[in-house]
Amino acid sequence: MSDKKTLVEAVNTALDHAMADDKDVVLLGEDIGANGGVFRATQDLKSKYGLKRVMDTPLAETLIAGMTVGMAAQGLKPVAEIQFMGFIFACMEQLVTHAARMRNRTRGRLSCPMVLRAPFGGGIHAPEHHSESTEALLAHIPGLRVVIPSSPVRAYGLLRSAIDSPDPVIFLEPKRIYRVQKQTLPETGSRLPLDTCFTLREGSDVTLVTWGACVRECQEACNTLAEQGVSVELIDVATIKPLDMETILASTRKTGRCVIVHEAARSFGVGAEIAARIFEDLFFELKAPVKRVAGYDITMPYYRMEEHYIPDHKRIVIAIHDCLTEP
Amino acid sequence: MPTTLDGGGLFRVHESDIPFVCYLDANGQPTQPLPGWAEEGSLLVDYYKAMVKAREADRKAIAMQRTGVMGTYPSCLGQEAPGVVYGKQLKKEDVLVPYYRDLPGQLLRGVELSDIYLYWGGDERGSAGPGYGQDFPNCVPIATQAGHAVGVASAFRIRDEHRVALTTCGDGATSKGDFLEALNLAGVWQLPVVFLVVNNQWAISVPRPIQCGAPTLAQKGAGAGLPCVQVDGNDVIALHEVIGSAIERARQGKGSVVIEAITYRLGDHTTADDATRYRDSEEVRKAWSEEPVKRLQTYLHNRGLWSPEQEQAYLEQVKLEIQQAVEIYQKTPLPQVDDLFDYHYKDLPAGLRRQKEEMQGGLGHE
Ligand SMILES: Cc1ncc(C[n+]2csc(CCOP(=O)(O)OP(=O)(O)O)c2C)c(N)n1
Ligand SMILES: [Mg+2]
Repeated sequence: MSDKKTLVEAVNTALDHAMADDKDVVLLGEDIGANGGVFRATQDLKSKYGLKRVMDTPLAETLIAGMTVGMAAQGLKPVAEIQFMGFIFACMEQLVTHAARMRNRTRGRLSCPMVLRAPFGGGIHAPEHHSESTEALLAHIPGLRVVIPSSPVRAYGLLRSAIDSPDPVIFLEPKRIYRVQKQTLPETGSRLPLDTCFTLREGSDVTLVTWGACVRECQEACNTLAEQGVSVELIDVATIKPLDMETILASTRKTGRCVIVHEAARSFGVGAEIAARIFEDLFFELKAPVKRVAGYDITMPYYRMEEHYIPDHKRIVIAIHDCLTEP
Repeated sequence: MPTTLDGGGLFRVHESDIPFVCYLDANGQPTQPLPGWAEEGSLLVDYYKAMVKAREADRKAIAMQRTGVMGTYPSCLGQEAPGVVYGKQLKKEDVLVPYYRDLPGQLLRGVELSDIYLYWGGDERGSAGPGYGQDFPNCVPIATQAGHAVGVASAFRIRDEHRVALTTCGDGATSKGDFLEALNLAGVWQLPVVFLVVNNQWAISVPRPIQCGAPTLAQKGAGAGLPCVQVDGNDVIALHEVIGSAIERARQGKGSVVIEAITYRLGDHTTADDATRYRDSEEVRKAWSEEPVKRLQTYLHNRGLWSPEQEQAYLEQVKLEIQQAVEIYQKTPLPQVDDLFDYHYKDLPAGLRRQKEEMQGGLGHE
């Protein structure tokens, strides 16, 4: 593939290729047909694969989640779109009580090889309820996978793997970076592994752990710090659940310091889990306490103030300096 | 035409069982004798003025979005009529539980236009103004407001108050369980709540025929044992009759009604949408010939109740009022950090206070 793609185009391409490869892959959601999805993630797929495989549903998220479970238990590979993560809560009952535990309840007789995609996060001046990051709510549920890409290349490879997954995957797309970067996608059909972190940059002074849109601010922070002579190891978690702690622990063992960055509210977030695991395993090897840079424990502000909520490059740099000067 | 199982003595819903109420046709000609209040005319002029003001205010919001002064905005172009009618028919002590295309009704309820602009300008304080009274703020998660409305109505009933809750939603919203669950309860408990479905034929890109297989959306009330009625949603006279009597009925303790107002979304879904991707310009052109403002204007002109001179003077006055609202909106300073933190709990917990100080530090406040 020669032409470069944005993250949302990479999602579209991954869906296209998955549908071409496997007739069991079907799409459903609100406005995904003629409109191609409100962000165009499903653009042209209805005309290409027909309305039996690209289904505009009535406006009903509980229904979408419920029928996705039904289709998946039948051996289809449904990929459902929830228009915004803010509207995923009507799916929670289906996710918690059915999708996540169908395999366990039937001891493997039935399973749910489904993907639920949803754009999430702030930064695009969207209406109320369109900018939250609530990945921790989903990550808490045993049986679910929660995957978050941070670039076009990872969107393609991770989504292909998510569709392959024999178990339910919640695939959260950071819409702030839907269109900020273009990349040449890897060879058609190539996958990236789920359940593993990606080390984006090697370093020796401090480990910086993040995912999704925040990867960009973290990369900027790494550049600034490099100029100041600080060597940062940057890890993109990518699969939030199940969490690949091996990579994070190995890096933190090496650097002795760890800073975690996420856009979601700080308390009871994914960062808290990562920090707890580091303290459990590496307490005596740490040179400084683990730090978190995160959203505040407040409702995601409506857009006039959202940029003050989202962790920025400055807050990340300060946290890393704090971590380096500790003891 | 039977719409459910035919024969066998089963319960049948006929299209004819759902009345369709209309008084003024698309050309502003009466289709049947008008009620006395409409013959008299002064309220019709009020309705007309309210629709014109709403349309101008809406146009301004779109213009502000286009010039980067406002974020995503959902236009109410073409569906001003239901709002101005319930806006005038509800009493101040009643409670409006709106969705997000209710600018015409909210203005009549007493909400400041500058607050409506502030809200769509990305600022929660736009939902805080005193003009809202006990009305709910705009509801963005589709159909979830239906539950609130039956809750409000239950509170009225428990306290023996002769108040009414009126809730609005779109055609798409009727597909959600939330909506149906609320109807069901309203039927069982005979609640003083009016469900007003503003069927503008589209839910973003999904047209009405693929939203629901039934010939009317109103008939969803039948399954809950509620009276259901369809009304021409571009005809204020019909809307006045239907909404007015539903509110009155609810106030008298006779329970709930489902009203489906048939109208059309003349604009894009929101300023972030491009409807040419999925709908025919011919359909939109036809809908323009049925829109509510022109229809009433023609009728008022024919009756000599409204002149081009009055129109001119009124438009100037409205534009001035809108300009004032725009100025108030644009001069509203950014929220303080306190605004973001202080309304989560009555008293700010200590941990949150530390986070607030942290954010203030980051923003250079002390
Ligand atoms: C629960 C939920 N799902 C999806 C959305 C995204 N969305 C916003 S408006 C809309 C269509 C609503 O259509 P309708 O109910 O007919 O109201 P209209 O906008 O046409 O007035 C959708 C799908 C949402 N706001 N809430
Ligand atoms: Mg609609």
